[in-house]
Amino acid sequence: MKLNAAIAGVGTSRVGQVADRSALQLQADAAQAALADAGLRMTDIDGLLTTPVRVEHWNMPCGVVANHLGVKASYLSTVDVAGASGCAMIHQAAMAVATGQASAVLCVAGQNLLTHGSRAKAVKSMAEGGSAHPQFEVPYGPIVPSLYALVAQRHMHEFGTTPGQMAEVAVTLRRHASLNPNAHKRELITVSDVLKSRMITTPLHILDCAIVSDGAAAAIVTSIERARDLKKRPVRLLGQGYGLRHSHIGEHVDLMSTGAVDSGRGAFKSAGLTPTDIDVAQIYDCFTITVIIELEDLGFCKKGEGGQFVEGGRIGIGGELPVTTHGGLLSGGHPGLGGGFFHVVEAVRQLRGEAAERQVRDAEVALVHGNGGVISIHCTIILGRG
Amino acid sequence: MERPVPVPDAATAPYWAAANEGRFVMPRCTQCGRWHFYPRALCPHCSSEKLEWSDCSGRGTVYSYTVVHRAPSPAFAAELPYVVAIVEVEEGPRLMSSVVNCAPETVRIGMKVRAAFRRVADDTQLPVFEPA
Repeated sequence: MKLNAAIAGVGTSRVGQVADRSALQLQADAAQAALADAGLRMTDIDGLLTTPVRVEHWNMPCGVVANHLGVKASYLSTVDVAGASGCAMIHQAAMAVATGQASAVLCVAGQNLLTHGSRAKAVKSMAEGGSAHPQFEVPYGPIVPSLYALVAQRHMHEFGTTPGQMAEVAVTLRRHASLNPNAHKRELITVSDVLKSRMITTPLHILDCAIVSDGAAAAIVTSIERARDLKKRPVRLLGQGYGLRHSHIGEHVDLMSTGAVDSGRGAFKSAGLTPTDIDVAQIYDCFTITVIIELEDLGFCKKGEGGQFVEGGRIGIGGELPVTTHGGLLSGGHPGLGGGFFHVVEAVRQLRGEAAERQVRDAEVALVHGNGGVISIHCTIILGRG
Repeated sequence: MERPVPVPDAATAPYWAAANEGRFVMPRCTQCGRWHFYPRALCPHCSSEKLEWSDCSGRGTVYSYTVVHRAPSPAFAAELPYVVAIVEVEEGPRLMSSVVNCAPETVRIGMKVRAAFRRVADDTQLPVFEPA
């Protein structure tokens, strides 16, 4: 069943090092941009969704954000499905609108993750932040990239995936970021640059890993009828799915098949579409290997063929399946849980034809995929022109 | 700075107590007979509550590994580079651990390993693995 809900506005704050803005100021910047995009005012908003932040302790994040922005909410909630929260916020806002609990839901997430601490501080806080099991994993000293490196190493062993193929993902997404004026890292890189960059945890180099950024993103979800009366062409939620197959990577039964299989299947089924219908895919990219595995598990290629799939320009703008066209977490920006929400914003811009130099020609259907934990929890949404 | 040590809870205390005595144990379901890890309230295979801690062989193979070159905190810096691995034990379950007593670059997927113990605090030993 398609929900009577559409995305009417999207916006982002400045992204990168934004030393002059707090977490709440960044979220306010993104919210104001989304309101202006939709042609709405804060007083029109009666629902609010947000995610937890890492830089401050907010006892009830949705309450703190709603109060700060002056939202009188008839529906509010804090969504935390880790990196999948961006996609999940859109679906949960759509449910609130479709059931009449709210008429216009503001979804907003982001923080000053880079300015708040050093990269070293972020590495330590993430390593002990729950992705690794506090008793059975943290004592062995993995950093978060190590948890994904274990997946990458096994993928290389089973399918012959190479470091060069993983590097192709970083190179392509950096090229996309170079076309995005608000991206954090825009200088072009080569496969050789990735392979020569500092080894962090084999087989992942520093350029195989997401960056750490300041920034926030926002979207407004309302009914399809109301969205049609607003400034911009509506973008509809066509389908969604969730998946979870483990919580910690050390206990995962089969590292080579993730909950993205289930979230993708659910999203395609509810939308009545297949992977061949997708014009642009905004795939969560915390590490280069993540993109390769998700392309497989979502059904864009066969299991084990993800490494070959990302070669030869196939995932670049102009390629067979343009992937993560704003530059993603690897280059566009990664302010924690809000990071995956930029993928949603980019999908909306692509479907409206507003992506300028990054525009994918005739983009009518977009898939957005978010992943949290260590390829643990997944949410896939499919969006289409309204 | 001290390295993070496991803080046992009611569900995991037997595991850490055994490790501190140099025994490697895992939970086993007395209903279906299968092993699992990490410890949980219900058997993940048959949902039974009838679980018991049993001694394992300590024999396993490396399912995956990574050589860590960037420490999560200064506590681990002196040990770089070190191996973090997922080991599949003979009884079936997998767990995260280290592979020690060999050069990190010699670790391979499929390598046979056996359990050993590393003391990280007065009352805490971590199960680790070494080449078999």
